Amino acid sequence: MLFYLFVIVALLSLSSYYLGRKRAFAVAGSHIRNLHSLPSFYGSYTALWCGLPALIVFTVWAALQPSVIIELVVASLPPELQQLPPGRLNLVINDIKNLVSGNIVSSNPDATILAAADHYRHLQTTGNAALWMIVIALALAGITYGWRTISPQLRARNRVEQVVNVLLIASSTIAIFTTIGIVLSVLFESIRFFHKIPVSEFLFGLQWSPQTAIRTDQTGSSGAFGMVPLFTGTLLISGIAMLVAVPIGLMSALYLSEYAGPKFRATAKPALEVLAGIPTVVYGFFAALTVAPLIRDLGTAMGLHVASESALAAGLVMGIMIIPFVSSLSDDVINAVPQSMRDGSYALGATKSETIKRVLLPAALPGIVGSILLAVSRAIGETMIVVMAAGLSANLTANPLQAVTTVTVQIVTLLTGDQEFDSAKTLAAFALGLVLFIVTLILNIIALTVVRKYREQYE
Amino acid sequence: MNKKPQRDIKTIVNASLARRHAAERRFRWYGLIAISLGLVFVVLMFANIIGQGYSAFWQTYIELPIHFDSAVIDPEGRRDPHVLENSDYAALIRTSLRTQFPHVEGRRNLRDLYSLVSSNAPFRLRSQVLDNPEIIGTEQSIWMLASATVDTFVKGNIDRHIDESLRSIKDQEIAWVDQLQASGQLKQRFNTILFSKGDSREPEQAGIRGALMGSFYTLVVTFLLSFPIGVATAVYLEEFAPKNRWTDLIEVNINNLAAVPSIVFGLLGLAVFINFFGLPRSAPLVGGLVLSLMTLPVIIIAGRAALTSVPPSIREAALGMGASKLQMVGHHVLPLAIPGMLTGAIIGMARALGESAPLLMIGMVAFIADVPGSFTDPATVLPVQIYLWADLPERAFVERTSAAIMVLLAFMILMNGLAIILRKRFERRW
Repeated sequence: MLFYLFVIVALLSLSSYYLGRKRAFAVAGSHIRNLHSLPSFYGSYTALWCGLPALIVFTVWAALQPSVIIELVVASLPPELQQLPPGRLNLVINDIKNLVSGNIVSSNPDATILAAADHYRHLQTTGNAALWMIVIALALAGITYGWRTISPQLRARNRVEQVVNVLLIASSTIAIFTTIGIVLSVLFESIRFFHKIPVSEFLFGLQWSPQTAIRTDQTGSSGAFGMVPLFTGTLLISGIAMLVAVPIGLMSALYLSEYAGPKFRATAKPALEVLAGIPTVVYGFFAALTVAPLIRDLGTAMGLHVASESALAAGLVMGIMIIPFVSSLSDDVINAVPQSMRDGSYALGATKSETIKRVLLPAALPGIVGSILLAVSRAIGETMIVVMAAGLSANLTANPLQAVTTVTVQIVTLLTGDQEFDSAKTLAAFALGLVLFIVTLILNIIALTVVRKYREQYE
Repeated sequence: MNKKPQRDIKTIVNASLARRHAAERRFRWYGLIAISLGLVFVVLMFANIIGQGYSAFWQTYIELPIHFDSAVIDPEGRRDPHVLENSDYAALIRTSLRTQFPHVEGRRNLRDLYSLVSSNAPFRLRSQVLDNPEIIGTEQSIWMLASATVDTFVKGNIDRHIDESLRSIKDQEIAWVDQLQASGQLKQRFNTILFSKGDSREPEQAGIRGALMGSFYTLVVTFLLSFPIGVATAVYLEEFAPKNRWTDLIEVNINNLAAVPSIVFGLLGLAVFINFFGLPRSAPLVGGLVLSLMTLPVIIIAGRAALTSVPPSIREAALGMGASKLQMVGHHVLPLAIPGMLTGAIIGMARALGESAPLLMIGMVAFIADVPGSFTDPATVLPVQIYLWADLPERAFVERTSAAIMVLLAFMILMNGLAIILRKRFERRW
């Protein structure tokens, strides 16, 4: 329904463009050069007056309406229902919503709930009708205002450009708002989590078993929220991944930039980059169904005990995913080393590999380290491979043949189960998210500074 | 006096040459091995997935003569649609199977016999009767969907020589299937269900249509939001922005967002869009919002590169002719840069199509059997469907997961190919 309103406003705005243009021609009379701006600017001017206020009201209204309606419905509930704890109240609200949308309801609804659902439906209809009327009225008023203010003296171009400029600035700030949104959303829930579990226990605890008691009299379900095992698990898997990705990626980059002919380079480079384009869920499937059983069988054949969700399988496959990342980043860095340095080394009689080892690598080292750090941050934040191929049990171990779990796996498992939103279990996911965000941010900042500083050296 | 040490150096160098050249060759080989390891892995993975999945595009059907007994489905003989809708069509199939295999006795054996045909088959018969009530009372031979176990066996994915207790199909069932196969009543057809149905708990009835539509709606939202905003940001930063702290801050933010783990965007979506704004869970709208925030940096960075590749002479010429700055950008720079921006956008979309981690956070992992019809219907997307199916133990689902991966990869190749064509077609060297 709201989509149609959007389309109607867009159509109105489009037609008002032609109206405004026509009006501009009309007020200009016989001498078109009397107009301050080109006629199309008068058209855009009217279109903006028509569309912009209407769309702003539309967006704000549509975003706020659901929560306002819920507030009103809750306010109209009998006081004994309003006194319920937030969790129970949410269940009641859910029942009401389900009744309205005709879904199955958890229990037999009583009269008050039915009345509230009626109230909800009533408010929704009124709200939607009011939204339609207000938005269309605003659009029409905008057209009229634009139409009436058009005169040869109107500085339409300047007005339109001002608005466009504001729009451009607004869209460029979205990046900042996204960052703020991420920080705030993760931070607030984390602070609530740290009210329940002390920060020191979370950061330095050696036990992770997020089973909080649902009832107070339950036994054996006091949760332990120490993230050390998660972090060692993440580091173990990322470490294995880097052991695979760094040598292969770096050697590929060196070969492609120093040895390979242009033809070989033109085919091998995109072929390697295919690895970067494959969705991670595909890697996860491959790791869980092909690589992990293979490693387990191999280990059994050699008399080793390998867990079927070993860190090795997830790490290997993740390493392969990161190869193109390492190789293309270090390719950039290697190419940035000036040719004169290579020539100098060749002139002294060094072979190609000696030049690479003694001149190129030392010169490119900071950049390579930077790209490896970027790859590490990528490995730490990688989710699907570990969710599908790594385990759930938080073992504090450095043995790659055992199952470990990672920060991202725990975030996914904590948030995809049935959980009330206030429990320490759910909030823990946000705390883990905060840690993940901070760690990757620090790694990225270090890496970017290193790379930038290095690049400037040779420019 | 001087000659002697020089000769020494020469001999030393000559003596070391063999070793040095061997080291050189070794190094070269390491490089080649590294590249081939990467390439071999690409090939292995594709071969593995295609090998596991290609058979999912065929589906086994069983032909059975069905007698549409009016005493069973329409006892009153009034052809009343309400009666026809609720009749026991499974009974028709059971009768047909019993006449086909008259020697089967005992409840358990009969149950095995009935399970040769998919549980979906009675519904097919019902819709056939409802479409054409004339067939009541006649006998028709009808191709019916076989159960997943039969399908897996016919495709050769169950070894008939291993012990009966180790396989999901029993000896007598194998005998029946062999008999059907011998009499030509068993056939493989193209698996239309895979592309026309939503998810199901029964492998033979499960399709990716729901996930495909979910992906489509999600990507539409993503593109509609991220492309205009991304282009606007790129234009502002490249053409209008003064060089000051504020724009520096924006740039740092964009670069950092490009490297934030995708799952953190999922947390943002959960906390802001679902819990704060109260948008519906599992909806493509929310998925699209989250993915567009993720794709924005990609589009912005590609857009800025496209803008910088437009030579300044074009800008100067436009300004010299009296165009305003906005006219210069809108009429001259942007049209030249838009192919490059579109290329970046398509690559960003391809990445968004393959993304699943943030969507797990906003509830797009629910089991949804219906094909979504709007932006707010509960839906799932193709990669998440793959994730869900990968968890299921049946061999038939492994096959379907691989098939879904093949479809997903086909879309990725299509999108990236489009981007390459676009780049080749419109790339201009100034």
